Amino acid sequence: MKFVIGLVTFVAVIVGVMIFLNLPWQGMLVLLGLLALWMVLTRRGQQTWSVTAVGISTLPQRLGSSAVIVIGIAGVVAVLVAMLAMANGYSETLRRTGSEDTAIVMRGGSAAEVSSVLGRDSALVIAQAPGIARDDQGKPIASPELVVAANLPMKGGDPEKDIGSVQLRGIGDEAWKLRTNAKIIAGRKFEPGKYELVAGKGAQHQFAGLEPGKQIKLGNQIWTVTGIFATNDAMDSELWADAGIVGPAYRRGSSVTTVFARLAGPAAFDKFKAALSSDPRLQTDVSTTLDYFSKQSEGTSKAITIIGIVVGAIMAIGAVFGALNTMFAAVATRAREIATLRAIGFRGLPVVMAIMLETMLLALIGGALGGIIAWLIFNGYTASTLAAGTTGQLTFEFKVAPVVLWTGLKWALAIGFIGGLFPALRAARLPVTTALREL
Amino acid sequence: MKYLHLIWAALFRRKTRTILTLVSIIAAFLLFGLLDAVRVSFAEAGQSANGAERLQTSARLSFIQPLPQGLGAQIATVNGIKDVAYANWFGGAYQDPHNQVFTFAVSPNYLDIYPEVEVAPAERKAFDSTQDGILAGEIIVKKYGWKVGDKIPLQSQIFPNKAGSKNWSFNLVGVMKSKDAKAFQSQMIIMHWKMFDETTPYNQGMVGWYISRVNDINQSDRIARAIDALSANSDHETKTQTEQAATANWIKQMADIGLIVTSIMGAVFFTLVLLTGNTMMQAVRERTSELAVLKTIGFSSTSVLMMVLAESVLLLLLGGVIGLGLVSVLAPVMSSQSGGMITHTSVGAGSWALGIALAIVIGLVIGILPAWRAMRLNIVDALAGR
Repeated sequence: MKFVIGLVTFVAVIVGVMIFLNLPWQGMLVLLGLLALWMVLTRRGQQTWSVTAVGISTLPQRLGSSAVIVIGIAGVVAVLVAMLAMANGYSETLRRTGSEDTAIVMRGGSAAEVSSVLGRDSALVIAQAPGIARDDQGKPIASPELVVAANLPMKGGDPEKDIGSVQLRGIGDEAWKLRTNAKIIAGRKFEPGKYELVAGKGAQHQFAGLEPGKQIKLGNQIWTVTGIFATNDAMDSELWADAGIVGPAYRRGSSVTTVFARLAGPAAFDKFKAALSSDPRLQTDVSTTLDYFSKQSEGTSKAITIIGIVVGAIMAIGAVFGALNTMFAAVATRAREIATLRAIGFRGLPVVMAIMLETMLLALIGGALGGIIAWLIFNGYTASTLAAGTTGQLTFEFKVAPVVLWTGLKWALAIGFIGGLFPALRAARLPVTTALREL
Repeated sequence: MKYLHLIWAALFRRKTRTILTLVSIIAAFLLFGLLDAVRVSFAEAGQSANGAERLQTSARLSFIQPLPQGLGAQIATVNGIKDVAYANWFGGAYQDPHNQVFTFAVSPNYLDIYPEVEVAPAERKAFDSTQDGILAGEIIVKKYGWKVGDKIPLQSQIFPNKAGSKNWSFNLVGVMKSKDAKAFQSQMIIMHWKMFDETTPYNQGMVGWYISRVNDINQSDRIARAIDALSANSDHETKTQTEQAATANWIKQMADIGLIVTSIMGAVFFTLVLLTGNTMMQAVRERTSELAVLKTIGFSSTSVLMMVLAESVLLLLLGGVIGLGLVSVLAPVMSSQSGGMITHTSVGAGSWALGIALAIVIGLVIGILPAWRAMRLNIVDALAGR
């Protein structure tokens, strides 16, 4: 019978924690409100409050063992938040690259820009399609671009051995009109018709020799870096040069890989897409850039999130048992005190609640500590990876967003909940007479 | 050793506490084992002995740039080269365009360069004699439930066939296997380069990269330089490196796995030291009077110190061994879930040694403070409960 009760409690706790972990913050607020009301309005609630106050006031005497809960949980939350911040930063960077009002056109069936090929004539046809916004002179804002991969030595590595891959994008004037967020932050733009390029600030961070005025070697050609640009998205990891030069240099002639277009309005995308897919001269895939770049990030950020959750879960198991240990010890040392309370008329529930609240308070401190540590170390930390579907390194920043911190705090509270529940139940079940006699 | 039962009894004096602590330690070492398997898998990728004797030659401009087919004959003349094969990226996808399957179009002698890839002789013969035959790695075959003899439709993300369609159809004539599924060919498909080149109007005799096998790995550097010299100052300059170096470079670009693993493990073990250290302090504090009795009946201060130290090391070793043992159970599951990224299905001798060493060191670190207290215990004070 005892075993069955134990099992039922265990399953109930697991299910409860699962629900709790998926709770939005509004639900949490409601729970908190209910708890506060209960503690203020009912007699038992008031009892809980006073027992909790006693427990918390004795915390300084148990500083060492209480620190175990705080630090154990801080460790879990710090690792979890760091991993989630990495996934978040990665997908954020790619998502920011796209928008609802620009479209990307590639050859049908191409998974990424580099594997697409569009002839010059196709690019011209696409630029004339309906639905594209026009500039002051009435020209469509469509930018045919040629993306190739280039090899460059990595910063701080052996220039012969540590070669990284970077995307080189051949563009025309329209690209600057289309990407209004692209700003030159040092030096100047490249001049068309010359072996000149501008480097994104992410690429500059990653690769050696990308300083304005310096020269770099791509293949057997010497290019001059004329400036650094910033877009604050995935494009930051690229090099931009004149499409008319990149094409011949990479033996691509006048072909391009992609056409980007600014759409005239929210409804224009369907018109644009319909026009392209009904054109017998073309065989293309069209999507909004938001759609395209979000899809690119999906796999990788999901993988990072899963790794983070698995690692976090295993660490959480360790932390739960650490918390259980500490709280069992705390309950054991306070057995007489608790028994006295019960003897003078306090019911079981306030005792249980008080121990739970104490543990959750410690857990909350641990969670906040872990979150702060992760935020201090990792927020804005720059990392790079070979992005799925591209051929260049993608530089991105870890982003400790509020939602990530919130997840970390929820984990902390869940660990505290499990770690406090079983010791609390034991405290409430202990026969008063035995406990009073215990030394 | 003769005090083992005493140490054991002390360890399990409070069963609940010891077991709870043990679970924490097991969790930490489980994580250590799993992450170490990941780290080793990545570190070892391409590190096979065969990988060192293969040189990979690709365009210096970028790895997507093709090379002329004539270069192969020139490479073969370089002194010290046993055999030269070549391959092209096909960019295959199965069923859904986003469902990528690594697919190479390869020269007829490609498999000879990779002796670790096992293909049944009959299947190899079938592959050599058919135009549209393909060989698929065992991991893929298992994943999609293919059988030898099946017609496999593949979409190329890059190359159309003669009809202008990017949907290609192939005959699966055999399976590529390797010991422990470690060779990367176990998760890819190969087809004939000749058929590929003749079918697609876009390739026109170009080759993606060359792989050459050298007679003596100590000559690799010289040979690599000699190969690159062949095309120096031409419009298709090459870069040649060992397969090992190329793989290591690629993984480094993916992510600094070593750094990620080390930082997570740092956080885990730091937490563990505090957690278990606290337990040991509690355990010794509780037993103050018992330790005093031990000293009274003649145990020297040093042996009390050693016994407490041994207790904490034993606790850590117990947790460590169970944790790493669990990894051996869980790693095969993880390996199959990772789609072949993680090739290590058991804890290697290196990881065991590192894990045990860590357990002993952590045990000593957390044991030293309580052990010191136990040694300095004043019998009279301790027995009086002061």
